[in-house]
Order: sequence, then structure tokens, then C-alpha cells
Amino acid sequence: MSASFSVFVRELKLAWSGGGGAALPVGFFAASASMTPFAVGAETEALQTAGPGVMWIALALSSLLPMERLFQADLEDGTLDAYAGSGVGMEGIALAKTLAHWIATGIPLAILSPVLWIMLQGAPEQSGLIFLASLVGSLAFFFFGSIGAALAAGMRRGGLLIALVTLPLYVPTMIFGAATLDAAANGADWAGALMLTASASLFGIATAPFGAAMALRTAID
Amino acid sequence: MTGAGASSVTLAVENLAAARGLRVLFEGLNFSLSAGESLELRGANGSGKSTLLRILAGLTRQHAGEVRYSGAGPGAGEEAGRHFLGHLDAVKPSETAIEQARFWARYFGRPVAEADAAMKRVGLSSRNAVPGRGLSAGQKRRLALTRLLIEPRPVWLLDEPTAALDTEGRTLVGQLVAEHRARGGMVIAAVHGEGFAGSRVLDISELKAKAGRT
Repeated sequence: MSASFSVFVRELKLAWSGGGGAALPVGFFAASASMTPFAVGAETEALQTAGPGVMWIALALSSLLPMERLFQADLEDGTLDAYAGSGVGMEGIALAKTLAHWIATGIPLAILSPVLWIMLQGAPEQSGLIFLASLVGSLAFFFFGSIGAALAAGMRRGGLLIALVTLPLYVPTMIFGAATLDAAANGADWAGALMLTASASLFGIATAPFGAAMALRTAID
Repeated sequence: MTGAGASSVTLAVENLAAARGLRVLFEGLNFSLSAGESLELRGANGSGKSTLLRILAGLTRQHAGEVRYSGAGPGAGEEAGRHFLGHLDAVKPSETAIEQARFWARYFGRPVAEADAAMKRVGLSSRNAVPGRGLSAGQKRRLALTRLLIEPRPVWLLDEPTAALDTEGRTLVGQLVAEHRARGGMVIAAVHGEGFAGSRVLDISELKAKAGRT
């Protein structure tokens, strides 16, 4: 347990100090929402119709961006060998790393989301809900993404593989999350959809570390 | 001192074969090693020394055969405490040297003071504040060696531990190995050139030619 926790703390520090780890996904997220009025038109009605969906797609794809480097750096410099050779379970390592990267990148995305929501003509009083939904949704995106990240870690250009493996796993979170935002925009009851989004992320947290660990053990072999 | 201090670990390798893809690197490997002994793995490049070490570390699956650790005392037994130092040093470019040593201390649940002492022992304490990218190849190797000192474990699996090290560094590794053996530890190292005093030697290339021989 102390081993996984120390990895978690180290990853958080590296993500903050390394500089730019979280900047690219956050910039990508902000840019894609800011471009929407130019693409779908600046009319309030058009933005309100397209806004929730666009935002959720942008969140999913922004969460996918840090995945290529999630395990690759550790595999290349021998750190994964050292972790595995010390007899510590890869599941704990995968959980610690994914959680740390979500805190470093996923939480900034969620903090940014109400701003983008208002930019897309969403009702300001829903900001809290948008933040919560993005927080829960990005958690699911990061954990499902970690499976693809682990599978692609051992490959030289694994980015495409990450997208192929991960996007189908993103579908439930995509549907429930977009439904949450859509309900919020239309003043409908959003609680059920948010619960389903949360259940998708809980499922991801519970299962993804095992899948990622299996893939990492193969990458080391 | 825990771990290596009181344990008496033994290793038995029976009829071991390793393969990379479809190519069998070696087969019919038999040897046993007991506490306080060291074994030098020798052989041409690509003969399977690193693969054997990875199998012994539990990182790579063997093609056939068995690897059994046994023995009494803390850190021994089937899941014997092992250190694996591969040819990659596991050094992070953006973290300072001392931070990395301290990370491993926390990782192994050891006091942080152990990391400072280990840095001193490997002769790196003057480079404490230098980030990993600023270390030379030999200094990175020295930093990797601190893991052995921070957490005492009975089995050391070292892949060319003296690679990139200067004369003084080679002497240091020799001393560390001798001290570890004196405490009842076990060392298996892939080496080229000069080996360790009083070590048994296993040449893997021979094994490939005469498969089935010990």
C-alpha cells in the first residue's frame, strides 16, 4: 500500500513540475469549445442545441490526449521494470498513476467546463452541475483510457491503438454524460443521467486497473 | 537490518528454457544457489543473460522449466525479496537525484534517512540537487544502485551492474556484492570483463550448444 501511495505522490509531483503535462489537454478543451460558435453559428439557439454535445465530445477527446504518455515514459526508462521487479502489484501502480493524472489534468478540465458552458450560452445557474458532471465524466474517461494506454505502451506509435481500443469503452459515459448536460440545458430532470454517468466511472475505477495491469505485464515481458 | 540480515534464501533452477518469439535462447538450464553465494552469468551478446535475469525477477515468463526460491527467515521463501537492476536505470529526467532516492525509500516503506545514507555510499551526495537529465551515465547507474542499499533484500539480480561505471565505481559494486554475500545475501549478475571475487560462473552460450547439460 505504501508503495502505490508513494507512486501516486510522485506522479502528482511530476505532473505539476514537469510543466505542460496538463496544459495541452486543457488548452485543447478550451479551444474546441471556443471554436464552436464559428462552426455552428453564433445564434443562441444553435449554440444551446449543439453546446452540450460538443462540450462532452471535447471533454472525452481532451481526456484521451495524456494517455499516450501515461505508461510509456515509465516503460522506456525502466521504471516499470523496477516497480514490477520489486514484487508490487501492477494493479496498484496503474490505479495510482491514473488517479494522479486525473487529478493533475481531469480536475482542471472540470474546473474549466462551467466557463465553456456559459460561453456556449448555457444557463449560469447550472454551472455547479456542469462541474460535477465533468468531474465524474472525466474520471471515467481517464480510467477507461488507461486500458488503452497500457496496451499501447509497448508500441512505438500506439496513439492510434489507444483511440481504437478506448473509444468504444467511452460510449456509455458519452451517452449518459451528454444526456445529463442536455437535460440540464432543457430544464429536465438530470439526476438519473448523472447517476448513470457516475456508475460508468465507478465501473471504470473498479475494473480498469486490472485490465491495465494485465496489459502492462505483457508489455514488460 | 531486516531482510537479508537473518534470512537464508536458496534458489533452484530446473530445466529452464527461455524463448524470445520463436527463437529459443537457451534450454536445459539447471543450477542452484544458496545464501551467501554469487553467480556470474557470462555469454555472448544475445545469448539470453538479460532474459534469464528477467525470468528470475518474475518479469518474463519462461518457455519451460521451473524457478524456485525457498528458505527461512524474513524476505525468503517462495516470494523471496528480490531487487532487479536492469540495464535501464529507472532515472526520471525531471526529478532531482536525492528526490528519486527518497522516492524509493518511501516506496519500500523505509526511513528517508536510508536514502541519504545510500546516496553518500554510492558517492553521489555532491549531486543531490541535480535533476536526472543532468547526471552522466555512470551517475545514473550509481543512483540505481541506491535501491539495493535503501531496502535490504536477500536476492540481487543485476544486469551488467558495472556498465558505464569508472574504476572506483566498479570497486564499489564489488564491495557492495561482497558485503551483501557476507550478510547471507545472494547475487546473480550478468557481467562482461572482470567479475566478482569468489563468484561461481555460468556461461550461457555453452548451454545453447550442448542443450540439456548443466
